[in-house]
Amino acid sequence: MTYTFRGGARQHVVCSTSPAARQRESQLKIVAGGDQLGSEMSSCYKLLLHGRRYRALALLTSNRCSSRSLSTGRAVQKDIIQDLENQFKAFRDKVTAAMPGSDWSPIELTRGLPPERADIVIVGGGVVGWSIAYWLKRRLMSRDALRVVVVEKDPTYSQASTVLSAGGIRQQFSLKENIQLSMASANFMKNINEHLGVLNEDPIDLQFNHSGYLFLASEASAHIMEENYAIQKELGAEVTLLSPTQLKERFPCLNTDGVALASLGLKNEGWFDPWTLLNAFRRKAMSMGVYQCFGEVTGFRCWTQNAETMDGDLLNIKRIKYVNVKMPNSLEYQPVECAVVVNAAGASSGKIADMVGIGHGPETSMAAIPFPVEPRKRYIYVVHCPDGPGLECPFLIDYSGVYLRREGLGGNYITGKSPEENEEPDCSNLDVDHEFFQEKVWPLLAHRVPAFESLKVTGAWAGFYDYNTFDQNGIVGLHPLVNNMYFATGFSGHGLQQSPAVGRAVAELILDGGFKTIDLSAFDVKRILCQEPMLERNIV
Amino acid sequence: MAASMLFQVRRHCALVPCLIVATRQYASSPPSLFNKFLFQLNQRFLEVEYLIRLSNWFKNRDVRRKNLIYDYAQKKYGVNVAAAYSILKLGGGFRFAGQTEWFRADSKGKFSFDFVNTPDSTIEEIDLSRTLINHAGLHNLTSQRKLRSLSVQGCPEVDDWFLAHLHVFSETLQELNISHCPRITVGGLAALQHLRKLQQLDISSLPQLQSPGLVHILIEEMLPHCKVIGAEYDQGLQIQTDSQEPRDADSLRHAQT
Repeated sequence: MTYTFRGGARQHVVCSTSPAARQRESQLKIVAGGDQLGSEMSSCYKLLLHGRRYRALALLTSNRCSSRSLSTGRAVQKDIIQDLENQFKAFRDKVTAAMPGSDWSPIELTRGLPPERADIVIVGGGVVGWSIAYWLKRRLMSRDALRVVVVEKDPTYSQASTVLSAGGIRQQFSLKENIQLSMASANFMKNINEHLGVLNEDPIDLQFNHSGYLFLASEASAHIMEENYAIQKELGAEVTLLSPTQLKERFPCLNTDGVALASLGLKNEGWFDPWTLLNAFRRKAMSMGVYQCFGEVTGFRCWTQNAETMDGDLLNIKRIKYVNVKMPNSLEYQPVECAVVVNAAGASSGKIADMVGIGHGPETSMAAIPFPVEPRKRYIYVVHCPDGPGLECPFLIDYSGVYLRREGLGGNYITGKSPEENEEPDCSNLDVDHEFFQEKVWPLLAHRVPAFESLKVTGAWAGFYDYNTFDQNGIVGLHPLVNNMYFATGFSGHGLQQSPAVGRAVAELILDGGFKTIDLSAFDVKRILCQEPMLERNIV
Repeated sequence: MAASMLFQVRRHCALVPCLIVATRQYASSPPSLFNKFLFQLNQRFLEVEYLIRLSNWFKNRDVRRKNLIYDYAQKKYGVNVAAAYSILKLGGGFRFAGQTEWFRADSKGKFSFDFVNTPDSTIEEIDLSRTLINHAGLHNLTSQRKLRSLSVQGCPEVDDWFLAHLHVFSETLQELNISHCPRITVGGLAALQHLRKLQQLDISSLPQLQSPGLVHILIEEMLPHCKVIGAEYDQGLQIQTDSQEPRDADSLRHAQT
């Protein structure tokens, strides 16, 4: 048998015995962690005394360590356990052979392992992923008609974009699809307790704050705002345009220098608590039988077929057979056999697409185009300003890119700005750059709202955008080269507000083969392969 | 009589108080036995989900019926008649502009259809106190561009989304009464900023407001021409002196040690 030492510090413990004895000892000893010999001993006792814990043995075979044994009596006991372990393993194999197709096992080796087989694996347990899971389950009439597994790598959601966002919802877009998605999502939130209420649980309170978005346009962009306004009106969004004098009258705290036109959302706009929405989706989906699994997707096993295009290019068409899910803090992984994979991994969905081999094809072919979603770091600052605007404070978006919204009633505000393309911060961590506020945000903010000339930064955090570098809009649909991977990602900052409607659209796409309520075919992956961007006409 | 007998039994038998305690309702509503049973089933069968949704549908049927959008009436008789009909159907009352008499349904919900004869008169005042109106039912009234006063006192279905929809009356609405509505929160009150003509607003007894006094001040700042009735300025304020004393005692103890 082979064994490895975990660290150099422990090697001296076993040096005085013969190789055979050392080998036996190494079988006796298991180390559950910790550097002290004492703790190793105590954990060893724990494992021996609690009969139920011997299953941990199986996990530790890969990194078994050695330390000194003091008694021989335990060796016999341990051998019995080793035998039992082998017998259990044989029993497990027998059971799986006897019942093919069932993933029931008499001994659960690791808690939280995903099931071995699933119909749909959703990669990414953010609000979009859970929304898709909910809508998939909702469409079906039987609990086991579809086995849906949601894989999330961050059990505490400490780095999830969903909960680190500012939580706004608006209808002031220029693309028809975006406006429709937001309006449908607002209607969903209006009746959220009918959709996501769970038996025996408290009703959901989203803490929705009905203050509209106020967009300010400069002379150069006023005509874009007028065009957008016409589209929004046509689709039924309730928005009004304000001239600088009207703006000054409505919001006396604003400085209207340089503002040529403003548009204010009247209904279905505002901000809410993202964590509540995420948890409501999660609670409901799990009550409907969706499997939740904490682990990281590390790879895919695919089946490949060659196909020839009209131009004579050879393409590899892939189909995912297995998703490898690695358990957190462990090397153990479980291949999940599945029919459909949904990539809702948000900021890391580019990485997931890379694992399947998207963008690795021969150059000048379609397969060489990488998936254009990457994480971008955005800072959000909490400032305290007792003299700032009160209850009437809208979600202000200036043409310079600075945004501002109220947080609670105590004179706290949330503010931030998207950095320029050439000065994007490093995305490897979530550290906040406070100089960015001093240099880029504050001067613009204080110019727009003079009350913010004196303020105190009370907090700040950073979160990831799932930034679509191609055209900053969502990507919803099936990838032509991987014919069972659906995408619902790349929303570049408005994924949270559109998640209820996007989940419904993806569920329709999977179960019905096409969009039924909102036609999102313009957001298909094909636009990336054909290089036809769907750009939002921004005022900012 | 029964109570005194119960007390006698209680004195003699030790089990009875235990039983009484066991059957007593908790302060917060615990799930009923039926609900617990349903919950167990729900963990195994998705069909229970449909049952629950169906039962909710039946529970909300009354609210939905009262808040139907009267499309047909709007087409056939005009928007004013449809609005008047929807108000009377809900059990509320209204007054046409230029008239003094109020149209109301009687205690049995019956009303006369005189308003059908005057399709051109618009509604000036609406009283929907203690009715089941919600944001869907408000659609019937949005055509009333001369509405001056609206009262939705004590309506259980009036929520923040209802208040957000009131912006359609921003040019005319002068009086608004939203007191005693159990579902209104501060997030919805922020939407009242669009009502620029508002002169009187009643926000008394809103149980969801955490600090009514502060909200009162903020609304007065937001709508400078509006008289706000209801919460006192100091309502919901916490007096600081109580929390100060133990802190002082703590610091003293730290100083001694």
